[in-house]
Amino acid sequence: MEELLEILTDLHPDVDFATKKGLVDDRILDSLDIVSLISEIDDHFDVAIPAEEIIPENFNSAEAIYALIRRLEDE
Amino acid sequence: MLFTSLPFVLFLAATLLLYYIIPKKLQWGFLLVASYVFYALADLRYLIFIMTTTVTVWYVAKRVEAINLEQKAYIKAHKGELSKEDKAIYKARVKRRRWHWLLLGLLFNLGILSVTKYTNFVIANLNSLLHGAATLQLVDMIVPLGISFYTFQSLGYLIDVYRGKQEAQHHLLKFALFVSFFPQLAQGPISRYGNLAPTLLAEHSFERKTFSYGLMRILWGYFKKVVIADRIITGVTTLIGDSQYTGAYVFCAMFFYAFELYCDFTGGIDITIGIAEAMGIRVTENFNLPYFSKNIKEYWNRWHITMGSWFTDYIFYPISVCGPMLKLSKWSRSHLPKAIGKRVTVYLSCFVVWLATGIWHGAAWNFVAWGLTNYVVIMVSQELEPLYAKFHARFGWKGKTAYEIFQILRTVVLMSAIRMFDCYRDVPLTFRMMGSMFTSFRLSTFWDGSLLQIGLSSSDYAVLLIGFAVVLSVSLIKLKAGNVRDKLYEKPAFLFYQMMAVLLIAILVLGAYGVGYDSSQFIYTQF
Repeated sequence: MEELLEILTDLHPDVDFATKKGLVDDRILDSLDIVSLISEIDDHFDVAIPAEEIIPENFNSAEAIYALIRRLEDE
Repeated sequence: MLFTSLPFVLFLAATLLLYYIIPKKLQWGFLLVASYVFYALADLRYLIFIMTTTVTVWYVAKRVEAINLEQKAYIKAHKGELSKEDKAIYKARVKRRRWHWLLLGLLFNLGILSVTKYTNFVIANLNSLLHGAATLQLVDMIVPLGISFYTFQSLGYLIDVYRGKQEAQHHLLKFALFVSFFPQLAQGPISRYGNLAPTLLAEHSFERKTFSYGLMRILWGYFKKVVIADRIITGVTTLIGDSQYTGAYVFCAMFFYAFELYCDFTGGIDITIGIAEAMGIRVTENFNLPYFSKNIKEYWNRWHITMGSWFTDYIFYPISVCGPMLKLSKWSRSHLPKAIGKRVTVYLSCFVVWLATGIWHGAAWNFVAWGLTNYVVIMVSQELEPLYAKFHARFGWKGKTAYEIFQILRTVVLMSAIRMFDCYRDVPLTFRMMGSMFTSFRLSTFWDGSLLQIGLSSSDYAVLLIGFAVVLSVSLIKLKAGNVRDKLYEKPAFLFYQMMAVLLIAILVLGAYGVGYDSSQFIYTQF
């Protein structure tokens, strides 16, 4: 989780990702951010997030993103 | 049969009347018949194209879903027996089968779209490459009404079924209605099956409020189209049709065209959503006050929303996260400077999306240039964001009304300038005319009567000015207070209906009609 928070903070240093919800709904993360994030996740966690998993629910908070990574790791 | 023609108004009145007097369980079937009649009246041959897309997408989606279900059943039946690796191998094999069906559906339907829409574009470019060594004949090609819209809408559904996000519709005729629903056939919005189908196929009883809201929206759409867009088009056509209109004329053409396009497209979509609403059907909104955007990225989140989200979900994301792109991303981040390395794949995917968006708009280099200019501006703004942040922090202007108005006006000017690629005959002419704004701008053009010689009289300008004031006021009310119809409906009922009457009178009295009047085609219909 720490590693993920670092990646997110690198994208938007001004946002407190540990507590912030509605990252996609409130347009804090846009499509360009999400693609950058997926590349970083692929790099750091060796998890490829497919296009069908790119839905707001999976990216609305750091916890949701982390849960997605864990789920894809298990599959 | 254009939305603005008398036959369409009669067709619509008959459809609305019959929709509510027939038994409710027949409503969706009746809408399908009405949609096919609407389409056949445009050209009987169009039906072959839309039916082909309907049947092929419907069948392929069913096949893809069957494979999905087969996979689920197999995994359930062998629960506990399969190792993680066995499961992964099995899933990969099944995914390949699904992918082959999807590819078949996509290639077949995109093939139809490409052949009908782009054959002559390819031939013309080949001819110019051959420099007269040989000349290929252009083909007399049918381009079915709204083919880009219904093809994209259908393929979006197919991809959603492939991704397991959407159950396939097994009833062919119900799916046919989703593809052909007549109000949105000509120019969208590009709806998602999950949003449109439930409301489209549901039974609806007549409700006065819903019906009135729908009619009000229709009238508002007609007002923007007939009173404003169809009036200003005369001036726009004159200004862009003759390359002698340079300098200040180009400046006028730029804003006139932006205003025309806004009223034409949003007006058309208002009519579409209003017709659906009058029947109790909810169609996705396509605009959210785009000209109140503070930057071009925000503008594209507010203009033609359904197209933007379609390109994001079905082109941008799949390209960005595909295997080769992730490999390229890994390579670029380890071999290039950090700041550039992490942007390579994002910028490459954006390039593809904007190229596709340009080509989707039309088979001409103008649209390619238009798409790529948008791409460049968005990417430059993206790169300048840290600089803007520093600037805002330094001067504390962020959130200040005057600065926000400046940002809005800057976006309006920028978007209007980029839109000029739509206007002129070709790309070099567009650049020449834009350049003339800086080299031969004559300020007196605005008051020496020159602008009364472009097909617009002083009464036309008066109507346009009133139209602009009305559109701006309604937008501001929406921005500050929310849904304008809700506000009106909260007042004594007669005020709502009085406003409808005023709009109707304005359309009849101020509409740009004349001898042998035939309302202009909607601009987006040709896309």
